[in-house]
Amino acid sequence: MAFGTSVDLTSNTGGIVTPNPFWLASAPPANSGAQIMRAFDAGWGGAVWKTLGTPIQNVSSRFGALHFKGTRAIGFNNIELITDRPLEVNFREIAEVKKRYPKHGVIVSLMVETRDEWRDIIKRAIDAGADGLELNFGCPHGMCERGMGSAVGQEPALNETITSWAVEFSTVPVLVKLTPNVDEINPHGLAAKRGGAHGVSLINTIKSLIGVDIDRFVPEPRVASLSTNGGYCGAAVKPIAMHMIGCLARDPDFGLPISGIGGVANWRDAVEFILLGCSSVQVCTEVMLRGYRVVGDMIEGLTEYMRSHGFSTIEEMRGKAVPQFSEWGELDLNYETVAKIDPAKCIGCHACVVACHDGAHQCIHPAPKEAGTRVPVVDESECVGCNLCQIVCPVPDCITMAAVDNGFKPATWNEFVSEGKPLRPKKGAH
Amino acid sequence: MLVGPMVDPRTLPEDRSEAGFGDFKPALGPAQALAEANRCLYCADAPCVQKCPTGIDIPEFIRKISTGNLKGSARTILDANIFGMSCARVCPVEVLCVGGCVYNEMDAPPIAIGRLQRYATDAALAGDWRYFEAGPDSGRSVGLVGGGPASLAAAHELRRRGHACTIYDAGRWLGGLNTTGVAPYKLRADDALAEVAYVLGIGGIAVESGVQVGRDVTWDALLARHDALFIGVGLGADRTLDVPGKELAGIDGAVAFIEKFKLGRVDLAGVQRAVVVGGGNTAVDAVRELVGLGVPEVTMLYRGDEAAMSGYEHEWKAAKVEGVRALWHTQPTAYLDRGGRVAGLRCVKLGADKRPLPGEVFEVPAELVLLAIGQARLGELVAGLAGVQLEGGRLVVDADGATGHPRVFAGGDCANGGKEVVNAVAEGKRAALAIDRALTTGASK
Repeated sequence: MAFGTSVDLTSNTGGIVTPNPFWLASAPPANSGAQIMRAFDAGWGGAVWKTLGTPIQNVSSRFGALHFKGTRAIGFNNIELITDRPLEVNFREIAEVKKRYPKHGVIVSLMVETRDEWRDIIKRAIDAGADGLELNFGCPHGMCERGMGSAVGQEPALNETITSWAVEFSTVPVLVKLTPNVDEINPHGLAAKRGGAHGVSLINTIKSLIGVDIDRFVPEPRVASLSTNGGYCGAAVKPIAMHMIGCLARDPDFGLPISGIGGVANWRDAVEFILLGCSSVQVCTEVMLRGYRVVGDMIEGLTEYMRSHGFSTIEEMRGKAVPQFSEWGELDLNYETVAKIDPAKCIGCHACVVACHDGAHQCIHPAPKEAGTRVPVVDESECVGCNLCQIVCPVPDCITMAAVDNGFKPATWNEFVSEGKPLRPKKGAH
Repeated sequence: MLVGPMVDPRTLPEDRSEAGFGDFKPALGPAQALAEANRCLYCADAPCVQKCPTGIDIPEFIRKISTGNLKGSARTILDANIFGMSCARVCPVEVLCVGGCVYNEMDAPPIAIGRLQRYATDAALAGDWRYFEAGPDSGRSVGLVGGGPASLAAAHELRRRGHACTIYDAGRWLGGLNTTGVAPYKLRADDALAEVAYVLGIGGIAVESGVQVGRDVTWDALLARHDALFIGVGLGADRTLDVPGKELAGIDGAVAFIEKFKLGRVDLAGVQRAVVVGGGNTAVDAVRELVGLGVPEVTMLYRGDEAAMSGYEHEWKAAKVEGVRALWHTQPTAYLDRGGRVAGLRCVKLGADKRPLPGEVFEVPAELVLLAIGQARLGELVAGLAGVQLEGGRLVVDADGATGHPRVFAGGDCANGGKEVVNAVAEGKRAALAIDRALTTGASK
């Protein structure tokens, strides 16, 4: 291996500095000091302590998952609440962790109701050694029924008020954890900013109903004879998280540091989140499913990526994809691609044929019998370049979408409407 | 459902030698089946289907396993091939469906289609899941001569279309080679009979066993009794080797020997060395079976070489792994006699031109010699059926199984010369559809 660029993974999220950008999210893997110390030993750079507040009583059955075609838990759902452990135990353990791991980040997630409660719990968290605070305005189950969690996150005025209390009482950076259970994320990020937050973290979980027991007629997870909505997370929510992160990252009025959460399961996901503007990423579900050990590959993969792309710090790569996250009206309507199938790689499964015929524009056909091959034929004159064939193809790099020079200069919808720029003739629209 | 003693596994001797064999390809458990089913790419115009003589919609039945629709999975299989349970076990999948799997094209392990098919069909038979009903009575009747997979598949298809069926079988148990001839590490006789009972479960298939046409009943009588006939009598006795000593004890035809140990008990005491003469699939089955029966030293003796043998490569590979050795380019010229029992073979080495090499004579000791050099064809059986033609002992049929006699159809080994169970099933079904067309478009006796 060539040791070209030296890479520094140090991450700074609104003043919370950690040895790398990989944090445990506030969740069961960050429930106790013993767990977090094991996580730090495994390589995690930071941990957001499972939300502290008045300790609750949990239901027994509390997790559910979406399995797909043999892959367990591509999506995950929980109805667990905040900490159920005595606050003094949590604070004692925070102090112990900070004593033994002074360079790692311990961010304490908090959720209480009144101004006095916020003042008290923030003081105790900081006294215990918290490097930062995360205000849990996101939890979409249980706590919101009591006026906390997402009940706060969905009301910009309430968000701003409580954030301003926390900032007033805190001597360490304050992150506001946002709920995705809103129409547009930006007003909520801006409310946190007006409240004085040093950064935001998103997304919390998405309101969900993970399944139905089709023999008992009860949704899952089943608690005796009933169920309730949970919070959805895991690999399947990553696109929703990235959209909301991208929306805030590109908002010129926003500009706060972002700790990204939602479906981060490996280094590649982390790279995408950082390119969309995150300073750190938080992981829960992947750790719940596979353990703290997954961070080794995350660190190595991110390091290799940065080295191969010439980035020496997280800050150098942060947000590189944000300017390219645009609006539909700005897309070039004259940009045209067609599918190309590599006959040397094609295994003849015809997945592309059936997908194109039933789900797209009927332009990929089985080769004529006399051709003696199962490599399909693309009718490029009909191919709209939709990518579906490439998506269903089981062979890596077998189908590529090749750009076509159609002689038209770039023209967006906005330019067509405002300036009448010429558009190429439509394909497949007959 | 038991139709009679000819399909009742309880009528088989309990101590028969085949009972000691385990499965060469063990059954999949639910977790294994699910994992394997989930690997399937669900190809369109799938090559595996194109390789299946009965055209089972393989991606569809595998998808149904993966979604937990096991009853539907077995329906998909059995709708195309009512012998889906035995075919799952006995098909040479390596050269059929599995050989066509597109995973081979990416040098990845192909889907274990046979084992998945067994998973679904075993459940169907164990649970007696029934999918097919006899059609409304057509008033027509078909006689089926021979009680193997071809006739049974034809009869099942004809019953779905409402035609009355009678099977005439010369033996004691139904099922043909599925019952008497399949290697027991693939399919045992009791399972074969259970499947026949399942097939007969559609109802309305009369069975007359122990009946040999020509001896017990004439073709004319059958033609008078039925609107159409299907002939699925298979092949005849093992060919013998006409060399000195052929009358000695310890010499047997491979097919006859296999039937003996599948349906009864064979005594191999004193057999240290066995030789099987031949290079086809019966020979390869026989050597593997002899190893399984405990013969310490088993040799296949073939006049050609490894490349020329007609036995499947994957089967021969397995035989070699099991310790079988081969003598290539070798031809027996006489049996060795030790007090009336065979003691071995005198052989001669053959040159590339298949001619004996002078001076290259040697002896191969053996206390048991099985001959797998082909089976007699049953041409003489159909003598007297006007229009039915023979070619090299095979009944000449068209793609629909039609012979030159307008009311006589045929399929399976007697027409194809000896192929797989799945071919017999496909031919029986195709003939049934042709018979149905003939019977419903006005043709009459």
